[in-house]
Amino acid sequence: MDEITKLVRDYVIREYLEEGDDREITETTPLISGGIVDSFSMVSLKRFLEKKCNVQIPDACATPDAFDTVQGIVALVHRFQKAQPVTV
Amino acid sequence: MAFIDAFRNRYQTEIDGIKAAGLFKEERYIHSPQSSDIEVEFPAGSKIKKCINICANNYLGLSSHPEVIAAAHAGLDSRGYGMSSVRFICGTQDIHRELENRLTEFLGTEDTLLFPSCMDANAGFFEACLNEQDVMIADRLVHASIVDGMRLCKAMQDTFKHSDMGHLEEKLQEHMDKRSRMIITDGVFSMDGDMAKLDEIVELAEKYDAMVFLDDSHASGFIGRTGRGTHEHCGVLGKIDVITTTLGKALGGASGGCVSGRRELVEMCRQRARPFLFSNSVAPVIVAGALKVMELITATTERRDKLEWNAKYWRGLLKDAGFDIKEGESPIVPVMLYDAKLAQDFARDLFDEGIYAVGFFFPVVAKGQARIRTQLSAAHEKHHLDVAIEAFKKVGEKHAVLGLGKKELLARAGA
Ligand SMILES: Cc1ncc(COP(=O)(O)O)c(C=O)c1O
Repeated sequence: MDEITKLVRDYVIREYLEEGDDREITETTPLISGGIVDSFSMVSLKRFLEKKCNVQIPDACATPDAFDTVQGIVALVHRFQKAQPVTV
Repeated sequence: MAFIDAFRNRYQTEIDGIKAAGLFKEERYIHSPQSSDIEVEFPAGSKIKKCINICANNYLGLSSHPEVIAAAHAGLDSRGYGMSSVRFICGTQDIHRELENRLTEFLGTEDTLLFPSCMDANAGFFEACLNEQDVMIADRLVHASIVDGMRLCKAMQDTFKHSDMGHLEEKLQEHMDKRSRMIITDGVFSMDGDMAKLDEIVELAEKYDAMVFLDDSHASGFIGRTGRGTHEHCGVLGKIDVITTTLGKALGGASGGCVSGRRELVEMCRQRARPFLFSNSVAPVIVAGALKVMELITATTERRDKLEWNAKYWRGLLKDAGFDIKEGESPIVPVMLYDAKLAQDFARDLFDEGIYAVGFFFPVVAKGQARIRTQLSAAHEKHHLDVAIEAFKKVGEKHAVLGLGKKELLARAGA
């Protein structure tokens, strides 16, 4: 698992799973359509990515579809990352 | 006429999908006034059946109270049937102002504005009072009408884990760069019956210069020692910046809602809230009935006391019978079954036994959290609850759920 994938996955678990919720989050777990991430909290997820990964994700691309899996989110980050290193 | 076959088929396919998913809702026709004893036609066309109602929001039992009905009649005679106008054109009567003043007094706020419903109050408030420079931080379990209101508003949207004060504090810190922060919560959460930690929320709001928005629809009239609401219960009367609530539950059960709170915020709604500006005035007959409700509930706490007793008694009966219930102090008592199909079957069997209660499951509650939500009323007498628990036990035995906890219930359901 690359660094960004781990970063995103850890964030999702910390931010969205309640204590005692032992659902497994894989790279392909449906987050929004699966009811884990609500569409409002996408905003904080986007802000988190922009800060941590040094990217600007245009609002038009931050759709529930694009944000639905860890895999999708990571792909989005890579797409807009201007070859800067990740600052964790 | 352009409702071509392709359109019809598209919608029919969608409706079939709802049915196939087991999410299709069917109305049951009630042939009597709302009360503890009701007469129900279900399914449509079948013989009318007498039932005990244990799922109404008729918390104070005022929906069909003779004095409320008489006051509504009198209002109908003295102020007419309808206003045929929105409030600001020619739709405001003296009794609208009077009711708003009574609500302000009762809720302990500075001013109040009536809306056609609390759904409308929630839909209109945020857009009227916040913009891009602000942030709304909502509990993740707030009511759907708040979610819609937030969607209509340009302020940044964020959420915190249900009643998780640590998470809320993190979010407040994260948004200190915004002009203002608004913490948004229900008072009593309608699906679980638990209460917001308003005292802690107010503390955080003071620490981080945030406003507090409270939807007290499931609390106004009966939560707190004198029934003012969750803010009374939590000892923060006068410290909530905005309260929205409904006249459609404890406060008479007809319809109507309000925004009540800081003078300037209420004024912004009077000037800008679209559901207030562009929808008809609350009917005089409802205002007159609600005024009587306010009189009844401020004269004595008898009804809310009885409701409290009923809720405690009912919780005890369910626990003694071996049901898994959500703990709490409100008159919303969810009987947990976890499995959606089981909840549906359970509700159907209860109906056969003459008890009207409904099952709730995804998407109304989270997956694997299906339940029968029971709600108490001051209109319940002890004998209603004694009859109801026998039915619950019988159906509980049939489905072999008595004495089981979450794990066992899920295992039983084959989940
Ligand atoms: C928490 C909450 N807010 C608002 C509403 C909507 O109230 P009204 O029926 O007045 O539109 C409801 C009713 O279901 C509710 O439960």
